[in-house]
Amino acid sequence: MTGWRGYLSVGLGSGLGASLRLLVAQGAWTLWGSAFVWGTLVVNLLGSWLIAAFAARASHRITGRAARWQPFLVAGFCGGFTTFSLFGLETFYLLNTGHPWLALSHGVGSVPLWLGAAWLGQRAGTPH
Amino acid sequence: MTLGPMDWLLVALGGALGGMARLAVTELTGLWWGRAFPWGTLVVNLSGTLGIGMLAALVGWPEGGAAAWGFLAVGVLGGFTTVSSFSLQTLTLFQEGRHGTAMVNIVATLVPGVALAGLGWRVMGGGA
Repeated sequence: MTGWRGYLSVGLGSGLGASLRLLVAQGAWTLWGSAFVWGTLVVNLLGSWLIAAFAARASHRITGRAARWQPFLVAGFCGGFTTFSLFGLETFYLLNTGHPWLALSHGVGSVPLWLGAAWLGQRAGTPH
Repeated sequence: MTLGPMDWLLVALGGALGGMARLAVTELTGLWWGRAFPWGTLVVNLSGTLGIGMLAALVGWPEGGAAAWGFLAVGVLGGFTTVSSFSLQTLTLFQEGRHGTAMVNIVATLVPGVALAGLGWRVMGGGA
């Protein structure tokens, strides 16, 4: 089981990740006039890339810095930076406001994009 | 979208709490149901979308309730739910050759995720 240090690391990382997610939402607002959908997609793509890159890197270094920073970076930062709840709510909102096709393409189309981002991150994090 | 220091603090604090709660859920589900399937991620994501749907109806999302929304939705539920772990875990299932399990994970996350956001919204009196 994770001790209090692990919880603290995850909490700090997740708080930082959530703040940066708000920053991205603000950036999306400035760029596109709305943080709706786009801000969420950007954090989820970046976060999926990053978590796979960290995991690939750590799997080649069982001890040392990469392993010590795992709770902060992976469950903490990446977990707090990305969000499924807003994604689900935004997809439902599209459906509820009479945009079934947009909802479907957003809902179904996001998954291969997330997985593709994770795959690219894994390649980037694997030492050559 | 103008944000003050209080908005950032609430999101960071909420994100930290949500991330630590996610760790607790992941550990408990791992103990109860094992780690062959990413139960923890599924449980946080489904309960998180139900919660955000309820909250959205309560505060009048997308327009109303800025402070409560920032702390509870962007912070707590945003930090509690995660796409990064979902992406990495699903990619890993595919790479281990467990294609059926990976597809089950995708469908079991996506469909109930959107439906529970809608259910939460309706239960709390959100409009059509």
